[in-house]
Amino acid sequence: MSETWIILGATSAMARAFAQAEAEVGSGLILCGRRLDDIEATTADCRARGAEMAEVMAIDMRDPTTFGPILERAKGLVGAVNVAIFTGSMPEQSAIDADPSLIEGVIIDSHTGPARFLTEIAPQLEARGCGAVMGITSVAGDRGRIGNYVYGSAKAGFATYLSGYRNRMGRSGVHVLTVKPGPVDTAMTWGGPKMPFMSTPEAVVADMRAALRKRRNILYTAKIWGLIMLVIRMIPEPIFKKMNF
Amino acid sequence: MRWKEESVTGWGRALRAEAEVARPERLSDLPEKLGPAIGGRRSYGDAALNGGGRAIDMTRLDRILSFDPASGKVEVEAGVTIGTLLRVFAPQGWMPAVMPGTGFATVGGAIAMDVHGKNHHHAGSFGGHVTAITLLQEAGEVRITPRNRALWQATIGGLGQTGIITKAVLQLARTPGTTMEVRERRAEGWDEHLAMLDASQATYCVSWIDATATGEAMGRGILEEAELCATRKPAASHGPKVPTDAPGFALSAPIVKAFNAIYFRRVPAEGRSVVRPMADFFFPLDRIHDWNRLYGKRGFHQFQCVVPEAAKGQIKTMMQEIAGAGLASPLAVLKRMGPGRAGYLSFPMEGYTLAVDFPNRGRAGGLIGRLIDMTAEAGGRIYFAKDSLARAEQIGAMYPDLGKWQAAVAKADPGGIFETDMTRRLGLRGSE
Repeated sequence: MSETWIILGATSAMARAFAQAEAEVGSGLILCGRRLDDIEATTADCRARGAEMAEVMAIDMRDPTTFGPILERAKGLVGAVNVAIFTGSMPEQSAIDADPSLIEGVIIDSHTGPARFLTEIAPQLEARGCGAVMGITSVAGDRGRIGNYVYGSAKAGFATYLSGYRNRMGRSGVHVLTVKPGPVDTAMTWGGPKMPFMSTPEAVVADMRAALRKRRNILYTAKIWGLIMLVIRMIPEPIFKKMNF
Repeated sequence: MRWKEESVTGWGRALRAEAEVARPERLSDLPEKLGPAIGGRRSYGDAALNGGGRAIDMTRLDRILSFDPASGKVEVEAGVTIGTLLRVFAPQGWMPAVMPGTGFATVGGAIAMDVHGKNHHHAGSFGGHVTAITLLQEAGEVRITPRNRALWQATIGGLGQTGIITKAVLQLARTPGTTMEVRERRAEGWDEHLAMLDASQATYCVSWIDATATGEAMGRGILEEAELCATRKPAASHGPKVPTDAPGFALSAPIVKAFNAIYFRRVPAEGRSVVRPMADFFFPLDRIHDWNRLYGKRGFHQFQCVVPEAAKGQIKTMMQEIAGAGLASPLAVLKRMGPGRAGYLSFPMEGYTLAVDFPNRGRAGGLIGRLIDMTAEAGGRIYFAKDSLARAEQIGAMYPDLGKWQAAVAKADPGGIFETDMTRRLGLRGSE
């Protein structure tokens, strides 16, 4: 077997589409998440699509004791080991304002949980001297805005972590890709307010796989979001603080 | 489960309806309040429309649940597309036994329309290769097989009226490779064209017909015959996408006539043989994403009928009427059908089927209305997957098993929660 992807947060629509695409080119898959019955169905799907191997493992970002078995399993894999992290949670900002205790969960799911997992698996990956790590952050992390700044700050923290991780892992031949999706047509956005330049999980996955092939460092998807965020980052704070979007 | 206010259209984009649509990502997320299921939205008319009501978009239920490489039996969620099955399984030596002209149709939709393919005269319809179906009805989930005679036959080709098709088991067919050997020959006029179709022994056989040619050339076209081929070649990557609605004149009569004349001569007079990737042969139009936008904002209608073999004269008269009107688009297809059908409301019958697209303009509606009447007089029927214009009184005689279907559906969906704009327009569910 040439490659195995360990996918954290495998129940998300983007993660499922990514696993399906990797299955069709014969990669091995270890799908991790909390809803095991749902992930079980995805592993069966991936096996039928041509994955050399597809396994389910339980993980809860809020319980680091669940990381151990996955790290152990990774040690036994032959060939390149890749990690993709799709975990995250986004309660409405208003819900957070009503119950600030929600903040910790959001930060763990999107930032500290993934960071801890990646730090724990780093020595293994460095020893292998190959492979890729893909972390899913968000355009929401590029600048905090009134609508979802807790989620945005968690993603920003993870993006900064990935930047340093790339700096470290690149020295051992492990590639690190930071993905910053704009709005994607998933259950999270379905029925919500109409958003511009909405992408689909399939299109995002096609962009991700192309970026991995080209060993890009940061990917905005849909691509237009790179340009939009460039402009948004340049807006002076005195003006930005009065804006609503 | 969140509901989204959506303006839903069929593939023809001539009909439109506002509905609340849920789109579950997994079977366990299906909402408690049910409505008709919709799939790839490749039915042309209002089969997937439920104006002012609810609908369940099944396209994210796209997992292959199990596959036995020894027997070729596969269980899938209903939102898996035919194109996905071909792409995934052809390299493993298996393919859907029956495939419609687009790979974007879902398995659920293919069952609910009992679709046919270019091999209908040999393989029958899609429903003949389904061995089990899981239905979600108001009362709960039920798994059915051909042994559930009435419910089975009411479900296959049953327009989703017996419940939401959530899963299905399909028997795939063997394929030695991933390509087709295609032989193309010109037919110079109607009589020659029909004779060539009658004489064809090919496993896959379909004709493009120039629906604008008149006089001697009336009914000319290109006969395509194909066999599975042992060579392997990946499908061509995605082609262009139609970015916006085309202007109205794009498919005006002189342009279509000129296009068809060139298209006809694409194949040399002596014919030719080519090897093509399977997807290119089965789904020729899928390479142009959103090609329905070529018809502009007002959309288009497709007329598709089948008439019995004995009605050769009548179908020729229909073709003359179409050619004389000069309203057709380049998309027109003629083929022979075998007897294979798997449900009470299945479309196929032994004979000839003709499909012609018409831009949605003034006189097209009247012409299609006359063609539907002529179909009924010829003892034929029209295809629900394509129809957007028929009236209730034109349907009864075409579908002799309609009464049996209504009885089974009344039992399966007593509350009428799966009714659609199409079943209401055509009064299909009857009065009980």
